[in-house]
Amino acid sequence: MSIMTEQEAKSILDKVCKLSKADECTAQLTGSVDGNVRYALNSVSTSGIVNNTDLAVQVAFGKRVGTATINEFDDASLEKVVRRAEELARLAPENPEFVPAIDKQAYKASDTFVEKTAAITPEYRATVAADCIEPCKKDKLVAAGFFTDSARFTAIANTKGNFGYQKSTNVDFTCTVRTDDGRGSGWVARNLGDVSKFDAKSDIKMAMQKAKGSADAKALEPGKYTVIMEPAASAGLISFMMFGFDARQSDEGRSFLSKKGGGNKIGEKVFDERVNIYADPWDAQSAVVPWDDDGLPRERTPIVTKGVVDYLQYSRYWAQKQSKKAIGQPGNLIMAGGDKSTQDLVKATKKGVLVTRTWYIRLVDPQTVLLTGLTRDGTFYIENGEIKYPIKNFRFNESPAIMLNNIEELGKPVRVADDESPFIMMIPPMKIRDFTFTSLSDAV
Amino acid sequence: MDRRDFLRISGLGAGALLLPAYGRVVAADVLVTKMDPATKKRLADIALNAAKSSGASYCDVRIGRYLRQFVITREDKVQNVVNTESSGIGVRVIANGTWGFAATSDMSSDAVAKAVKQAISIAKANSRLQSEPVQLAPTKGVGEVSWATPIKKNSMEVPIKDKVDLLLDVNAAAMKNGANFIRSILFLVNEQKYFASSDGSYIDQDIHRIWAPTQVTAVDQKSGKFRTRDGLSAPRGMGYEYLDAKPEHRIALPGGAVVYSDSYDMKEDAIAAAKQAKEKLTAPSVKPGKFDLVLDPSHLWLTIHESVGHPTELDRVLGYEANYAGTSFATLDKWKSKNFKYGSDKVTIFADKTQPTTLGAVGYDDEGIKTQRWDLIKDGVLVNYQVIRDQAHILGLDHSQGCCYADSWSSVQFQRMANVSLAPGKEALKPDDMIKNVENGIYIIGDGSFSIDQQRYNAQFGGQLFYEIKNGKVTQMLEDVAYQIRTPEFWNSCVGVCDDKDYRFGGSFFDGKGQPGQVSAVSHGSSTARFNGANVINTARSLG
Repeated sequence: MSIMTEQEAKSILDKVCKLSKADECTAQLTGSVDGNVRYALNSVSTSGIVNNTDLAVQVAFGKRVGTATINEFDDASLEKVVRRAEELARLAPENPEFVPAIDKQAYKASDTFVEKTAAITPEYRATVAADCIEPCKKDKLVAAGFFTDSARFTAIANTKGNFGYQKSTNVDFTCTVRTDDGRGSGWVARNLGDVSKFDAKSDIKMAMQKAKGSADAKALEPGKYTVIMEPAASAGLISFMMFGFDARQSDEGRSFLSKKGGGNKIGEKVFDERVNIYADPWDAQSAVVPWDDDGLPRERTPIVTKGVVDYLQYSRYWAQKQSKKAIGQPGNLIMAGGDKSTQDLVKATKKGVLVTRTWYIRLVDPQTVLLTGLTRDGTFYIENGEIKYPIKNFRFNESPAIMLNNIEELGKPVRVADDESPFIMMIPPMKIRDFTFTSLSDAV
Repeated sequence: MDRRDFLRISGLGAGALLLPAYGRVVAADVLVTKMDPATKKRLADIALNAAKSSGASYCDVRIGRYLRQFVITREDKVQNVVNTESSGIGVRVIANGTWGFAATSDMSSDAVAKAVKQAISIAKANSRLQSEPVQLAPTKGVGEVSWATPIKKNSMEVPIKDKVDLLLDVNAAAMKNGANFIRSILFLVNEQKYFASSDGSYIDQDIHRIWAPTQVTAVDQKSGKFRTRDGLSAPRGMGYEYLDAKPEHRIALPGGAVVYSDSYDMKEDAIAAAKQAKEKLTAPSVKPGKFDLVLDPSHLWLTIHESVGHPTELDRVLGYEANYAGTSFATLDKWKSKNFKYGSDKVTIFADKTQPTTLGAVGYDDEGIKTQRWDLIKDGVLVNYQVIRDQAHILGLDHSQGCCYADSWSSVQFQRMANVSLAPGKEALKPDDMIKNVENGIYIIGDGSFSIDQQRYNAQFGGQLFYEIKNGKVTQMLEDVAYQIRTPEFWNSCVGVCDDKDYRFGGSFFDGKGQPGQVSAVSHGSSTARFNGANVINTARSLG
């Protein structure tokens, strides 16, 4: 019952809305099947499948709101969950920031579901692991990786006649390859909606090459360097920066996008003019469900255009208070770039550092969105357009707001995901000058 | 730490429907109910029998009911009151010498039997890639037993109104004392966990935790500067009695800051936070360089967590976490040498899942092993790691140390950090004694920004309050402070640890590890300690 059809989902949601005696009722039905395989030391360590389905019902009497959920869907259970939400709403204090349910929307479907991904079997997952482990074993390398796939549906409805249903799939793959003496480490990652575009046998080669190439790393002095950031290396920094794109926090004077003296920096040039970031639920390579958690339709939304801030995220309450239009919050983040690959950017670099991946990124100062973190799994010195030698990892202390003013060149965006990010992202490889490394790390 | 989920639920303007990470939203009365152990035993036996008849050589079943309550406020508003329940069954088997796991929220007999089948088919599919069969340290079944956190007041039974009144009173006090904004939250957890295994254990546990985080912000609109000060409470394995604010648990530190031990005065701390956040706006920026650090337990817990807790997890040492959390510099050869100086002679660090009121305290772990205490670093020397059943043989141990944990019925259990704590010093020393001989130092209180590399060598830590120490005296507040360490050098620079009268706990609800990611709650105890010659950087930047 984890993945319901549109008809099955609508039938349940219609019943819920009809049962409600409150001023308004909103319901959300979700289901998922998540499978995974994890391996390390060239052997599978854990593997599993989790099924889950949930119905959440939110009702309101005036500004009093109650919410309840259930995972049984017979008529008696539906009646129970609606009555429980109503009872909670009657007991709740008035919410001064209450905003009524959204009106009926016309959602334009996005291409988020691939049957082949939903049909992945335990045997397929084991084969992904084998495709990584076997070549590593032959080459005296050690693979540790994770492959996870999910198939989901989400359906929403309310008593104002709104309804939406969409299915989605996703696969996410990461693999770290280390030399058997622990002196070298490489990494590869892939995030896709369609598993037929995934080829572990091919992807693993990059991680193997980086593992072998990163042994015997030399130590460079910490300081400011020109860096080539692979897409996965800067994705975490850019995603972190988006926490500052909240309109209310900016208006309240507590974001790097707050304006001295009051207000926010919408319309101001904050980044290099080559910085263009937008959201688009229908983007062919990074499609997401065309509504947000509130059911608001997502739109193609310019966030930064030619370095100017176009958009801050307004909650429905804050939009109403500030007389702004609330639009669906982005589910993806697309940073435009050029046509060059990471390798092309390396070729055009006289002296610099290639960063494969960044790790353990944390906010040091929200005032300047200063972040710290480390390079990992393949850091190399570049000289005259060539990788010269591997170098020891660095700790950085850098603000993406500064980094995105120090752009030398942008390459072709690639789809990436990040463990700590809510977005699916399209991020280009970047050449950045004066990137601040503050200390060396002995970690391999 | 799983920041994303927490931000999502506690974030400004979060809606009540946005709670997939924590399960279903339920009414408050559901939070004080329990599932009958006999029903759980019946379901567990269905799974154990199905596994046995399908050829599994081992099976364990975890029937979990995870209850959480969030009360989220800002300034004079209640933003959200949310109760969630997540319940289901996770089944783990060994078939063909390989682990398999499946979980379902459907508690019918058929669904449980299906989950067993799925787990076995996964184990069999993966067994072709297994280099050697899983080897479990022997354990005897404990029969039908139970354990509960020794709470005095069940937080779930305290009326919502009392919680809301407390938080709004705290917020009003902060606003009256100069805060521009305050967010205050109560986060209450009850894990009702039933474990059964083919070894003959049926263990019913009732675990409670509480956390009362606050954040005060002061804004100087004219200059565009803002500063925050987080509350100095610690999440604990306690009931609502943690908020009783007993005078004997209030500690005034040198220089005037106040911290708390076994109960917390939320209102007093919020008032102090408001004043200190304002003070931060004009405090001088640190001049970077070498400083002696005096670290309060409200800060030191996080340094212990990152630089000792994680590198002594055996799965990391062996390479099982290489793809995500990373490996460890504390390799087996260092342990085998019996003379690897992880720290100075002042440094003894132990793991303990039995300490009352801690986040990690349980009767049995998620493999049915009775919890224990053991040394990791003894007088500066690395002497042990943290292991579970399928790792014990690697260290030549004949038993698991009982640190297996899963964050949900739907997650597979694996090695997680025990409470890892710095033993108090043997000499009678107070925080004043740590400070009095420091010529040029910084006194750090509260945890702030934290980051460490994947082998746990290079770390950087911020804090909440930084005070300059000059010639043995606390002189003034400083800002923009972070220190960078290399782990063994840092612990070898430890020249003093206060005695057990100063021993306090810090901790985290959100220690993240594994793929798919799981969180666990863990405490770290310490007394105030001094570290000489640390590298301090200045974190101020200009955006032009």
